[in-house]
Amino acid sequence: MLRDIWLIFRRDATLLSRNPAWLAIGVMQPVLYLVLFGPLMERIVTSTPGFPPGSSWTILTPALIIQLALFSATTAGFSLLADLRNGVVERLRVTPASRVALLLGKVLTNGLTTVAQAIIITTLAFLVFDLSAPLGGILLTLLIVGMLSVTLASASYAVALTLRNEEAFPALVNSVMMPVLLLSGILVPITTGLAPDWLYAISRVNPFTHIVDAGRAGFRGDFSVDAMLTGSIVLVVLMSLCVYWGARTFRRENA
Amino acid sequence: MIKARGLQRRFTSRGRTVEAVKGVDIDVTEGELVGFLGPNGAGKTTTLRMLTTLLTPTAGEARVAGCDLRADPVGVRRRIGYVAQGGGTGPECKVAEEIELQGRLYGLGKADAIARGKELTEQLDLSGLDQRLTKTLSGGQRRRLDIALGLIHSPKLVFFDEPTTGLDPQSRANLWEHIRTLRSEQGVTLFLTTHYLEEADTLCDRILVIDGGEIVAEGTPDALKARVSGDGVVLGVDEDVTTRAAEIVGRADGAHDLVTTPGEVRFRVPRGDTALPALLRAFDAEGLTMQSMQVQRPTLDDVFLTLTGRSLRDSDGGDTDTADGTAANGTAADDNDGNDSDRNEETTRVA
Repeated sequence: MLRDIWLIFRRDATLLSRNPAWLAIGVMQPVLYLVLFGPLMERIVTSTPGFPPGSSWTILTPALIIQLALFSATTAGFSLLADLRNGVVERLRVTPASRVALLLGKVLTNGLTTVAQAIIITTLAFLVFDLSAPLGGILLTLLIVGMLSVTLASASYAVALTLRNEEAFPALVNSVMMPVLLLSGILVPITTGLAPDWLYAISRVNPFTHIVDAGRAGFRGDFSVDAMLTGSIVLVVLMSLCVYWGARTFRRENA
Repeated sequence: MIKARGLQRRFTSRGRTVEAVKGVDIDVTEGELVGFLGPNGAGKTTTLRMLTTLLTPTAGEARVAGCDLRADPVGVRRRIGYVAQGGGTGPECKVAEEIELQGRLYGLGKADAIARGKELTEQLDLSGLDQRLTKTLSGGQRRRLDIALGLIHSPKLVFFDEPTTGLDPQSRANLWEHIRTLRSEQGVTLFLTTHYLEEADTLCDRILVIDGGEIVAEGTPDALKARVSGDGVVLGVDEDVTTRAAEIVGRADGAHDLVTTPGEVRFRVPRGDTALPALLRAFDAEGLTMQSMQVQRPTLDDVFLTLTGRSLRDSDGGDTDTADGTAANGTAADDNDGNDSDRNEETTRVA
């Protein structure tokens, strides 16, 4: 099982390293946010009441790497659709390799890729901009980002396998992720001080809000139960559910 | 090697139920090369996918390579090789990478996988392509790579789904040689699907004819052809004597299915080669001249026509196995259509 995971991971990682442009494109968007949007935040954060504590960079940077995880992991299903089209999935499924390993090898690649990209962005925010955050907190947030990526990639593979349609897939992903993204307060945190009550209420129901909050707390170096507990529980539960969902879809006879 | 009983597969999509395979019995013994012949959409691929554990049968059971399909699918997977219709290589992967991965997924160590891969690439004329991306290979090379992947663990039973579909005639003939060698030199049992009459005829020991999800006949190509009653004979005569010619033919021993058009008399007779000399003499005696004659040995298409009332070529959208390049290209497109419809059955079911 572990061996199969490793083999699949190595295959996907090799493919990725053959096209490093994709990794760079993934990093580009958050970098643009840092450069073109970050300076705006700097002013707004200081002059607007209701923002969570911390400088604009400690609010923005973790949000950007979480957003990166959301984008890249939810579209992971694309590569699977291509593999389906090429018959790669069938070929692997007819080998004795564990079905769960076929999924885990892939999501592991997604998780590690996102973490690598997140490290680049964080380093950049450190060097070029005025980010200051404790190393322990950053590592914790990177862990959160990696887990989130595994979670969403699993879900993305499950959806792609069920849908099996290269046109419908991006449409579905977009229409689900857009409100989820807005409601998680990624760019402007949805706090009681800033948002109307109804919006705040909805955002609290969105599990990703709590994960974004935990990610921000990590960059602030706030490891209190209050800041971390909900987000961690939500993430662990969500990850278990999504990996189970993905594994079940991979195992299902016609996957 | 294969013993299937009542294998059945039903697909349901939006309340509509399609019985893709309606309970088939299949027996294949060790060392056989068995062909599964039928038009696109007949249920060939679905049956193959059930036998290779990719699809769970709705009903029925099977033992494949000594393992029970339902109870021990992993055992089946370990013992069989499967070469899918559309292949299964990633376009951005290198040949050597795919081969090594495949070997290791079957439990070979790294060195063994590489050694076995080298052996196979030599056998299948793929030497020197190790570092090429699979997308840069020719159609024939890629198909041989698919076969190498299917053989990496030296299975005793190999399934081929439409092995030569979309290949040019040379590559097809070349692939047939490789398939024959597999059986003759390594004693591999082979089960392949095809909708090419020629392929079934020249390659297979035994043929199962499937239509509409049911096996409608089985036997050696010759035995199947013998079921068609006799050879087809076409005589060309002068138009004004067509009726008289038909009368003579009608008196001939065993002639039947007589059809005349002006200037042409068609009929069937058990042995065309022995019937003709007698007919020539009878024509002479009546003072008639035969302008031309033609004897057609029964083809598998005739078999299919006799069994189902349809021509295999017709039901396949005019697809023929003519050996010229353009036709082969044309069929490649047709085949893809067929392939899609085969897959759609499953896709719609999910949606």
